Amino acid sequence: MTPVGINTGRLRSPFYPRLAELDSLNTWHNWAGYSSAEALYCEDMEYFAIRNSTGVFDITPMTKYRITGPDALDYLNRLVTRDMKKIKPGRVAYAIWCDDQGQVIDDGTIFHLREGEYRLCSQERHLAWLTTAAIGFNVTVKEETAEIAALAVQGPTSYSVLKNMEIDGLETLKPFGLIHHQIFGVELMVSRTGFTGDLGYELWIDPAKAIELWDALFEAGKLHGIRAIGTHALDLARKEAGYLAPFEDFLPAETTVRTGRTRSPLEIGMEWLVDFNKDNFNGRRALLKEKAEGSTWQLVKLDIEGNKTADHSYIYADDKKNSDEIGYITSAAWSPVCKQNIALGTVRAPHGKPGDILWVEVYYQREMQWNRVMAKATVVDKPFWFPARRGATPPAPF
Amino acid sequence: MIDKYDAIVIGAGHNGLACSALLAKAGKKVLVLEANDQIGGAAVTREFTDGYKVSGCAHLLYKMQPQVEKDLNLNINLASKNLSTKVLSKTGDHVTYRGNKVSGVSEGDQKNFSEFFQRMTKFSDLLNKYLNKPPPRLGTKNKKDLFTLAMLGFDLRKMGKVEMREFLRLIGMNIFDELDERFESPLLKGGLSLDAVLGTHLGPRSPNTILTYLYRMAGKHGTLSAPKGGMGAVTNAMSTSAKAAGVEIITNAKVKKVTIDKGSATGVELDDGTIYNSDIVVSNADPKKTMLELVGARNVETRFTHRIDNIRMNGNAAKMHVALNKLPTIKGFSESDYSQRILIAPDENYVERAFNPAKYGKSSPLPVLEVTFPSINDSDLAPEGRHVMSAIVQYAPYQEKSSWNEEARANFKNDIFSVLKQYMFDIEECSLSCEILTPLDLEKEFHITGGHWHHGEFTLDQFMFVRPVAGSAQYQMPIDGLYLCGAGAHPGGGISGASGRNAAQVILKREKK
Repeated sequence: MTPVGINTGRLRSPFYPRLAELDSLNTWHNWAGYSSAEALYCEDMEYFAIRNSTGVFDITPMTKYRITGPDALDYLNRLVTRDMKKIKPGRVAYAIWCDDQGQVIDDGTIFHLREGEYRLCSQERHLAWLTTAAIGFNVTVKEETAEIAALAVQGPTSYSVLKNMEIDGLETLKPFGLIHHQIFGVELMVSRTGFTGDLGYELWIDPAKAIELWDALFEAGKLHGIRAIGTHALDLARKEAGYLAPFEDFLPAETTVRTGRTRSPLEIGMEWLVDFNKDNFNGRRALLKEKAEGSTWQLVKLDIEGNKTADHSYIYADDKKNSDEIGYITSAAWSPVCKQNIALGTVRAPHGKPGDILWVEVYYQREMQWNRVMAKATVVDKPFWFPARRGATPPAPF
Repeated sequence: MIDKYDAIVIGAGHNGLACSALLAKAGKKVLVLEANDQIGGAAVTREFTDGYKVSGCAHLLYKMQPQVEKDLNLNINLASKNLSTKVLSKTGDHVTYRGNKVSGVSEGDQKNFSEFFQRMTKFSDLLNKYLNKPPPRLGTKNKKDLFTLAMLGFDLRKMGKVEMREFLRLIGMNIFDELDERFESPLLKGGLSLDAVLGTHLGPRSPNTILTYLYRMAGKHGTLSAPKGGMGAVTNAMSTSAKAAGVEIITNAKVKKVTIDKGSATGVELDDGTIYNSDIVVSNADPKKTMLELVGARNVETRFTHRIDNIRMNGNAAKMHVALNKLPTIKGFSESDYSQRILIAPDENYVERAFNPAKYGKSSPLPVLEVTFPSINDSDLAPEGRHVMSAIVQYAPYQEKSSWNEEARANFKNDIFSVLKQYMFDIEECSLSCEILTPLDLEKEFHITGGHWHHGEFTLDQFMFVRPVAGSAQYQMPIDGLYLCGAGAHPGGGISGASGRNAAQVILKREKK
């Protein structure tokens, strides 16, 4: 018998050769089957590239599904909680989808590429769910993760970098818009989207042209501080923007075993994405019931006193009679750009209204010794980081 | 806009009629919409060739629930009743059974049969009690549900330790092993095997065939009768009762969809665009047709749609109708024997072998048959001096149209006739014309997805708490005001009216709130 070689290792993105050249830390982790760099040379410097110049992050491992067919719109409208009828061709929607019980499976972005042709992107893989959801619809759901190479180009100078590449229509491209551009004999899709809460774009291209795109991009950005970045820098940026990460701030409903560990959109601050006025969507009945009866949990953005990062801390109410914890921190960081000790957390409703004062029990270590501090925290409702340039069209040049 | 009804029932099958009559009797203004030009659904009398009529699908009554007959004041005129079952032998040494008596077998078999019958009727009585009420929900705090569950446990325990154990041992089991252990007569084992698997996609060795046997026995212990005028007479009687109660019935009214607004049913729209309004829509159609076609996946949840889509409901029984210039000759048959229920199932292995090809999508080259000559006691069904044969033939799996092509149909017909010829040598000379309805035809004719008589296999995974699917066993679908009342809901198939009656009870109770 001839042995059959099966590649059980991690996949490499088409950008891998360039990333490997820049990498001096050798810290790679698994993202949906791909090797993804945590940091390439210095995560602080990489972070500051996002906020001060341009950071380039390889998002090829992001799972991508092409959704087409006569019922594509109907299918998506049953799948996600927001009204997809409002998302015209050339627009992108941030969306969440729920199981039958109204519990969040994941969030992602849906690109309306052309009339009736959609791409859904998410951090986790969801083919099983998307296929099941297609029963009864004349729709094709195709996994195309490996067929598209993608880069996030994020930061204040990203507009100028891409201008140097002479991409048509960039001046008028608004946030959550997308354009198609011809380059290297193929189509490059440019969307004004990202996971940093800053000015930024995402580029989508045939993997065969990935290296050419990378080289052209870095050539165009060499005077604008362009730098490749890893996941850690991006993770800090997303916390500042108040964006949620699956498996950190919520668990995809399909992955939980214990009851009560899932979250509904209403419990993770996504009520604005739930449109009860549109036709049926998955989880609607359950969510209507929850809305009438009240939610169990409430997501909070916290501005915490002091400078001790509140990772995984318990949260307490500002009430001397109630000494039980009311929740816990799910993501925390010291925000360099905001100069704030920030965190995302989950607390039992009705705690956690904007303006509420809560207490966070922070443990930190100093030369082997553990210390504990009770830090006062204020619930805020706006993202910690929301620069004007993020929404400016056209963005200011550098 | 047409004035509003209190309830609209889609489909005038026996369950739809039972449900509508009961709703109307409770003072509701009810409209029944039937796609075909005659009422009855699959319980109809069908003129398959000039002057020759048969029951279009099921041809014997054995499950009609006394409660339904009582509630609807039904007076069903019977052409024959208390029929025997005769399992044919090529040599004329047939085995005959009725009630707890069997003849044509050894003394030991007779004694064992009586015991077997007694135990089966006891178990089926237990089952029957729960077929005539909405199944309790599991994992709920609802008092009525908890009470029903407790009752079920209590009724089981009440049988005594030995019988309860026996019940639990048998309930998921196959009938083959049980028969092989008890009896020696191949014909008896063949006949009882066929009783258990009639109308199902199961062979006697399939688990669960004791349950299907018990289901057959539930209510009337398998006592057989034939309505005068064919099965259409039963549904006609039901429709008379329904109309007397004020139900409006429109035929040739094919429902295209259930209209829904924000998760609540608002009525139905017909193929021709007519809209009827009602806050309660009751579907006598099967669960797949109801949820995937009439409601649409768009309006219900993903996992629910998935469960509905996965209901096993591909039919495996064909119906054959033959116009006869005279009765065929059966060795050892007296005149009255012809009016009984006749089985061709020479032994239990034969039945299982007939099932084997069906697993792979092929019809049986040596099929099993349940044959009746209804015209003997009901002369209106055939011209003077002539007869009709009505037979259920297994197995004929539901297949794509291309698989049931002319050639496949002709081959299947030849196979059936070669089997028949072994018992009725002159059958070919006697037959004038013949019609075979495969599950594909039954699907088209009676609008049943997959052409399955029971609107879904009757198996433990599609039974009681989980019929049609988990979480929706109490007739209410996950659209406010939409209910199922057909055989796809609890308890299941067979001309019983039980699903319709149970559904009406649930609807009336909900409306009171």
